[in-house]
Amino acid sequence: MKQNRIHQKLQENKKLLSIYFTSGYPNLNDTIKIIEDLEKNGVDMIEIGLPFSDPLADGPTIQESSTAALKNGMHTELLFEQLKDIRKTVSIPLILMGYFNPMLQYGVEAFCKKCQEIGIDGIIMPDLPLDVYQEEYQHIYEDYGLTNVFLITPQTSEKRIRAIDNASNGFIYMVSSASTTGAKEGFGEEQKAYFNRIAQMGLKNPQIVGFGISNAHTFQQATEKSKGAIIGSAFIKHLTQNGVDSIAHFVRQIR
Amino acid sequence: MKTYHADERGYYGEFGGAFIPEMLYPNCEELRQNYLRVMAEPSFQEEFRQLLKDYVGRPTPLYFAERLSEKYKTKIYLKREDLCHTGAHKVNNTIGQILMAKKLGKNRIIAETGAGQHGVATATVCALMGIECVVYMGEIDIARQAPNVARMKMLGAEVRPALSGSRTLKDATNEAIRDWINNPVDTHYIIGSVVGPHPYPDMVARFQSVISEEIKWQLKEKEGRENPDYVVACVGGGSNAAGIYYHYLDNPEVGIVAVEAAGKGVKSGESAATSALGKVGIIHGSKTLLMQTDDGQITEPYSISAGLDYPGVGPMHAHLFKSGRGEFISITDDEAMTAGLEISQLEGIIPAIETSHAFAIFDYKKFEPSDIVVINLSGRGDKDLQTYIDYFKL
Repeated sequence: MKQNRIHQKLQENKKLLSIYFTSGYPNLNDTIKIIEDLEKNGVDMIEIGLPFSDPLADGPTIQESSTAALKNGMHTELLFEQLKDIRKTVSIPLILMGYFNPMLQYGVEAFCKKCQEIGIDGIIMPDLPLDVYQEEYQHIYEDYGLTNVFLITPQTSEKRIRAIDNASNGFIYMVSSASTTGAKEGFGEEQKAYFNRIAQMGLKNPQIVGFGISNAHTFQQATEKSKGAIIGSAFIKHLTQNGVDSIAHFVRQIR
Repeated sequence: MKTYHADERGYYGEFGGAFIPEMLYPNCEELRQNYLRVMAEPSFQEEFRQLLKDYVGRPTPLYFAERLSEKYKTKIYLKREDLCHTGAHKVNNTIGQILMAKKLGKNRIIAETGAGQHGVATATVCALMGIECVVYMGEIDIARQAPNVARMKMLGAEVRPALSGSRTLKDATNEAIRDWINNPVDTHYIIGSVVGPHPYPDMVARFQSVISEEIKWQLKEKEGRENPDYVVACVGGGSNAAGIYYHYLDNPEVGIVAVEAAGKGVKSGESAATSALGKVGIIHGSKTLLMQTDDGQITEPYSISAGLDYPGVGPMHAHLFKSGRGEFISITDDEAMTAGLEISQLEGIIPAIETSHAFAIFDYKKFEPSDIVVINLSGRGDKDLQTYIDYFKL
């Protein structure tokens, strides 16, 4: 597969900070401002959340932001419309993250085609399983130059991690603990052992850690052995409390 | 041979599978790898059968409904699942799954419930086995199903309100799944219907298949043949239907009739008739027919009967519909309530409102006088008395 912005970014000699936000939240038309401000303040990569009515891997913070975004009127076509000129101003990797049903209804190929047109680099669909992806959709993703990102958790078996590593072409999203998003903050001995275990596996894809990261301390802990870390719920909480005008402040307290 | 059962990967035709986030993969995988083996163990079968007999009260009667038959000029038998302990077929599945949980070494049970019937059936078996039980129930359902909430509490279960989304059954299911993600090792999730990721639809169907297993020998005794001409059941998620269809799925001599809740009418915007209104999509880890917006957001169904108030349908039933093997009929609230009153007065049996839908098909489906029709009387109406009282101003 052709190299995209994700591959280039992963080659940089630094720990990557990636931020997740739910599109359409807090206001329907905040999408572009949030993306631009995150890049301006040194964020390396962004996951743009496509809201879903039934986000079963998410805790209350992201659930509530999804419900609010849908109420605000966000939908797939509108998000694509908002993003159509994003590559005129933003150059860091952009990844769409959501649940598989809205993508399925849009049409997987039409969705991927649109992503390519806009300049989206990757997709994370946690409920699109590995086997179905490989059998039905991998060739479509590849035709449109999209990186598919898989998740692993502390419960994922070594055999399955190897299979996921083989199927990945970019990075592996390493879920820090057995939990929904935003459920836990910080890391204990159990997580550290898990981080070490994965680091020693010699995987071909770098790992970026998500879930449980909310500040400079947890970012530092998460990236000790990994390539980077993703912050979601903590950023959404920040938007809820402070609106979209103090994004710089949030990013600066991480690193 | 063409089969309407699940294949090895949990697909019924194009429907089923396990569309789950990686966080749930180990949980489902453990179950998938073990469920058939555990169910085949003689010690499991022995305990399961013993409990169904002595605790649930099986076999349930196959009752010839003479006055109903006379009225509709065909031979109608009722499979009396309403006589099961806790008042419905739901307990067949919870008995099976609590034994499965024990075999897998789990010491904590979670469940979702809509009207509370599955929650009560789960709380019951947890009390029986002395296992911790948490039941998720939509905040709105908690308010409108107070007696069942009290039953669960009396049985020692903790009832946790689902506060997300529309605060009904689908959200209770989401909350139970989230709990399972957060407790992947010690907890077993007892799903109440033939929905959810593989292996749940197949496992639950197998536990409920005792219904058609009994019908085969009971009908043989009464009519000299194992196969009726039709089996009829109401379908929400579809567990009682899966149970009565199970041993007849691949027998084309037996007609399959599925009755869905049309609510205030299929086109009213307030309906739960998934086969008529649903499109292929993913709900609770399963690829099936579901009610959704053009944009793929899952919508809130409506039915007077809380047990049929689910925006999806089990993948087995989606396949029966799509393939034409099953005949699907939608029944409105009014038609169901009228049929519930009729069966009460013709046969002296007050059915659950879910079940009443299955008794309302005679305006839509004509049977021959020689036909043998078995209707699954899936639950009793005690829990619905208040709704009947309000509706008929009794």
